[in-house]
Amino acid sequence: MIEIHLILLFMIAAAIIAVEVKDLLSSVIAVGAVGIGLCMAFLVLKAPDLAIMQLVVEILSLIILIRATIRKDLPFSKSGRWVFNTLATVSFIAVFLTIAYVALKNLPAFGSGPMRVSKAYLDSAVAATGSKNVVASIIVNYRAYDTLGEVAILFTALIGILAVARRIGKK
Amino acid sequence: MDTVKDSKGMTLIVKTVTRITIGFILLYGIYISLNGDSAPGGGFAGGVIIALSLVHVMLAFGKEVALKRLHSYAMRFSISIASLVFLYVVMIRWHGSYSHIVIPLAEMVIVGAGLFAIFVALVLLSKSDKDSE
Amino acid sequence: MITVYILCLVLFSVGLYCILRKRNLIKIIIGIGIMEYAVNLFFILSGYRTEGRSPIFASDQAIKNMVDPLPQAIVSTLIVIGLSLTLLIISIAIRIYEKYGTFDITRINKLKG
Repeated sequence: MIEIHLILLFMIAAAIIAVEVKDLLSSVIAVGAVGIGLCMAFLVLKAPDLAIMQLVVEILSLIILIRATIRKDLPFSKSGRWVFNTLATVSFIAVFLTIAYVALKNLPAFGSGPMRVSKAYLDSAVAATGSKNVVASIIVNYRAYDTLGEVAILFTALIGILAVARRIGKK
Repeated sequence: MDTVKDSKGMTLIVKTVTRITIGFILLYGIYISLNGDSAPGGGFAGGVIIALSLVHVMLAFGKEVALKRLHSYAMRFSISIASLVFLYVVMIRWHGSYSHIVIPLAEMVIVGAGLFAIFVALVLLSKSDKDSE
Repeated sequence: MITVYILCLVLFSVGLYCILRKRNLIKIIIGIGIMEYAVNLFFILSGYRTEGRSPIFASDQAIKNMVDPLPQAIVSTLIVIGLSLTLLIISIAIRIYEKYGTFDITRINKLKG
């Protein structure tokens, strides 16, 4: 599994570029590179449904981010307490990574997950639902309430955006 | 859609290529969402592809053509019917052999229309910002 | 093979650093996006099995070893939630830019609208 390491290193490099570059348009395009790297990682990890979904979602959010940020300059400013803020952030991240390293030793090893629930799904999916794609049968049949909630979240975001963006009532 | 001579939107090359390819993009979205039970894909990916095709039309032809489509009666009717069908199918717990066709179709219509409405709202918001500068 | 998990958490930390340290609103949105990517990737990594196939049955051959389909179904919901969140934050950021003329969060200090 050397390829997943390479893809992850590429994603980390693109993320650092996206965080540190000064131009906003370059930063947004670097985030697009992170998303395409995630799409490749999904393909390597045998999840083609998520690869297609991540690709189209990445294109849509990239178009909207570029429309939002084009021709707007970046005010690059340094606050007075630069050293203190950076030290606090870096120490917080160090504590987080240390605790996560301790916690990761208790997870099952990479490549041998337990699969307690999924074994029943894999055994009975084709006979019970009639669809060969097990992921589609889970999100459409076994867990259809998840899909309903997902669409409800999308509608809530739509109502929120229309309420923020409307012009009525302004002088 | 005879707006080639119009000065709004992009150049003639972009408009012609858009008019040729828009049908194929819509067809591919419907294929992705209907074929999700035996191949990778699903209702949400197909809906996003349909929303991207509408965004393509809007970027090529200007916002009047797209707004005329957004405010049309058929679009509101289809999104309302799709929401009701989705809610009904989920609430009666229909495990029949057609539920993997009905749910992706309803989800495709909802997601495509909803994301296109979000894009139109955001573009109008930033455009009025540009006018005030 | 714990290094894969560690690299995924390093990617999460890059997004966390961006949120905590940067002062531009668009950079904060980008940091939230990077953290979403890292969490999605962690779910899928925890469901991978060695030499596994993708969870799609074929009609002419028997497939023994498949990867876990349940994290994939959950992550497909998470992607939708991330898209909705990103779009909502972008609309609020555009409105803030229109109001204050800047993306710098230290200059957005007037309480009354």
